[in-house]
Amino acid sequence: MQHATLKQLSDGLRAGKFSSTEVVQFFINKINKLNDILNCFISVDAERSLAQARAADALRAAGKAQPLTGVPIAQKDIFCAQGWLTTCGSKMLSNFVSPYDAHVIERFNAAGAVNLGKTNMDEFAMGSSNETSFYGPVRNPWDHERVPGGSSGGSAVAVAARLAPAATGTDTGGSIRQPAALTGICGLKPTYGVVSRYGMIAFASSLDQGGPMARTAEDLGLMLNVMAGFDARDSTSLQRESEDYMRALAKPVAGLRIGLPREFFAAGASAEVVKAVEAAIAEYRKLGCKVVDISLPNMSLSVPVYYVLAPAEASSNLSRFDGVRYGYRAENYANLAEMYEKTRAEGFGAEVKRRILIGAYVLSHGYYDAYYIRAQKLRRLIAQDFTEAFKQCDVIMGPTSPSTAFKIGEKSGDPVQMYLSDIYTIAVNLAGLPGMSIPCGFDNAGLPVGLQIIGNYFSEAHLLNVAHQYQQVTDWHARAPKDIVETVTL
Amino acid sequence: MNWEVVIGLETHAQLSTSSKIFSGASTAFGAEPNTQACAVDIALPGVLPVLNKGAVEHAIRFGLAVGARINCRSIFARKNYFYPDLPKGYQISQYELPVVEGGSLTVLVGDIEKTVRLTRAHLEEDAGKSLHEDFHDATGIDLNRAGTPLLEIVTEPDMHSSAEAVSYAKALHALVRWIGICDGNMQEGSFRCDANVSVRPAGSDKLGTRREIKNLNSFRFLQQAIDYEVQWQINEIEEGRKIVQATVLFDPATGSTRMMRTKEDAHDYRYFPDPDLLPLEVTDSFLKEVEENMPELPQQTKERFVRDYRLSPIEASLLTSSFDIANYFKGVALSSLKDGEVLGSADFKLCANSVINDIAAKMNEEENLPPWAFRVSKDTVGHIILRIREGVINAKTGKDLLARFWEEGQRKSAQSGEYIHGGYPELVDELIRDEGLSQISDSSTIEKIVDDVLAANAQQVADYRTGKEKAFNSLVGQAMKATKGKANPQQVNEILKRKLAP
Repeated sequence: MQHATLKQLSDGLRAGKFSSTEVVQFFINKINKLNDILNCFISVDAERSLAQARAADALRAAGKAQPLTGVPIAQKDIFCAQGWLTTCGSKMLSNFVSPYDAHVIERFNAAGAVNLGKTNMDEFAMGSSNETSFYGPVRNPWDHERVPGGSSGGSAVAVAARLAPAATGTDTGGSIRQPAALTGICGLKPTYGVVSRYGMIAFASSLDQGGPMARTAEDLGLMLNVMAGFDARDSTSLQRESEDYMRALAKPVAGLRIGLPREFFAAGASAEVVKAVEAAIAEYRKLGCKVVDISLPNMSLSVPVYYVLAPAEASSNLSRFDGVRYGYRAENYANLAEMYEKTRAEGFGAEVKRRILIGAYVLSHGYYDAYYIRAQKLRRLIAQDFTEAFKQCDVIMGPTSPSTAFKIGEKSGDPVQMYLSDIYTIAVNLAGLPGMSIPCGFDNAGLPVGLQIIGNYFSEAHLLNVAHQYQQVTDWHARAPKDIVETVTL
Repeated sequence: MNWEVVIGLETHAQLSTSSKIFSGASTAFGAEPNTQACAVDIALPGVLPVLNKGAVEHAIRFGLAVGARINCRSIFARKNYFYPDLPKGYQISQYELPVVEGGSLTVLVGDIEKTVRLTRAHLEEDAGKSLHEDFHDATGIDLNRAGTPLLEIVTEPDMHSSAEAVSYAKALHALVRWIGICDGNMQEGSFRCDANVSVRPAGSDKLGTRREIKNLNSFRFLQQAIDYEVQWQINEIEEGRKIVQATVLFDPATGSTRMMRTKEDAHDYRYFPDPDLLPLEVTDSFLKEVEENMPELPQQTKERFVRDYRLSPIEASLLTSSFDIANYFKGVALSSLKDGEVLGSADFKLCANSVINDIAAKMNEEENLPPWAFRVSKDTVGHIILRIREGVINAKTGKDLLARFWEEGQRKSAQSGEYIHGGYPELVDELIRDEGLSQISDSSTIEKIVDDVLAANAQQVADYRTGKEKAFNSLVGQAMKATKGKANPQQVNEILKRKLAP
């Protein structure tokens, strides 16, 4: 069961091979065994999950099951779930039990899926290594001394180590794709506005987007079919007809034009990563795809633009964490100003504080035009680069991350090096495009490499098709970190 | 030196939508603390704002009423600052691009018309309330008000006295109620003004340094605060000190203003467009829909009063100072029509005077009276005036009846706690009949009374003949007194004049 995909679990439940209660109990046992080592879950509540599993079994018995009914899904701790501790990886919310469900959680509940627990993450999703979490770093199952990437590192590891068949993530600058790449799983960041942000604790509102993380493209489709959809409570949610994201999976990809941006293969990416990505491209050629050389000339601006805009929005989004109404409040203070100062000084970690400071600075009087306004203008140029590129190709491919998983502590002292981990993913968020990462090989140290596939707006079904066809002829997605997966059996 | 006062006003009008501007919670006033604050209002992690279309409709109504430009695209920004009653740590407010720009309001100052230009009107959310009483060593926070929609209406610095500022504020107050976008309840804070006040040497074209007086929630405080502030600023300058740009508070207890903060320690609000809200687009069809639902505006009603009711522009202005007064006047006028009379053929001056002088005076006496609570119904007042116009009673008797009914309404309302009118139309006729209030118009009766008065007041007669005009009024008074006020005063005048003629 541990290697079963979401689709296989769904089929098995439908066929009556096992019950949801059995499936959920199996994964809870695995979590109990391995979470101490991997630290990928912040909250596990077996009773609550099993209650949902029993309800799912009853639903199935009543003939009311949907595809995800009874299937356990790990939820990133950024999604508010009623009755669950929802920390966002921060001391600031270390006592916050959400009184309401995020739209995404509502959708999974309505589909009968089981919440398997809340996964670890970089504090307020600010990080690329999962080292900024108040709950400690998450360990990469391929090498425990290495990071899993971030910010959805807990979700990525839960899936990679087979502690959950699938998980949710959020992606502001690469937070789904980069950890997916570093742990050898699949992750999809949908077009901005496809998945409602209601109840998803905001980092940078104009960039944040929730999405699925799983082991196959097909599973991502199953998840996205539940997660996507208009929500009137999110003004940036797009009102579109609902679609079946799995409808095109089987389509042959012959004739597909793959754009390879020069800038993705220039200096910066490790040779081993480039090699694995090129091998994947070769595989696509064999499937009849054509390769087009393209350019995204403003690519190099994406990291600086992102590190103006994202902190600007974050500095304001995180103002609500003031100790007044909920969350952490400093114990000793003499007056109101001190209550704010101490609460925020003690409640936030270093990376969050750094970004709040940067954000407050770029929005401050006299600097706003030079930083914020200018970054907004450049953001439009970066988006235009993609519009131009998609005149010549159908999808864009390249590495997800310039390197494979790095060592815990290796980059945490150097924010700029850390920020550069997202050099290939950030532009996609700035443009609001859909992008995904799928496993495409390993480096010499046996660490997974991710292939990034970027599509035009609303091309999720097509992206999943392109990834699925690759996964029909390769088995990178089926590889598992050995020492971890064999420790527990049903 | 002569000083010129320059005043601009910023008014926060609470929009009378049933739910909040960015959430579905109720806006009703007076609920138990924090019972009308939903997840969005208390800014739980992950919640998002959704704009209330009704608030936009209200803002557009205002824009149309003042002849402003309605921007087809406007932006909501975040104004960032920390305060316990500001749950998100920022206020959502329109900053660079407001929904309403320009326009003007023409107001009556004394009997002179004055046009005040408007800069803009923008939508924003209100904060909650900090409760400093009732909590020992702590502050209570009530977030019921958080997220209540406000329209902030900003003028150009076009006013030059507290009287002008108060006239503008009253006209604006009447207008927002007239078009149904704000209940205007100043006690509950639904309508509050900030006044930017500066002084400069008369004739100068350079603005002086201004100080902003915050949160004035009555017209009297507005006037007192400006008067105090103007005098304070003039004294400062005359004693050689400079005015420092600052925000000040008015203390009604002392009638003085005191400094809150200077420009130096003003916040840097770090405004930026709210990424949770798309730009507000006002489509042509929506604009048209709002336009079609606009009521007749005060200016139009005023013109109609001049045309159809043959009132002077001043009278018409006074009678359109609020929707309730205009409506009341129309009712009084209709009830005072004689059989077969139609609008336009009748002379409504009497009605106008009665409403302006008698009703308005009584309204002013009862300061806390809600605008709709006239103590006598418009039908009753109209009937009294009908009887005056017919000559059945004279004006003084009419006034007495009105005062009598007014007191009755006041008394009964106070007793029952409900709103009860004094008198009713039929009672007017009953009292005229039962108490013999009819006017004495029989000239032989009046002649006899005048003869008696002349005989009894030889001294006044002599005075009058030596040119003392005042003596004549005294004689008229004596004659009226002798008839218990029921004589037709015009006839008394005429007969006296004839008899005193040399």
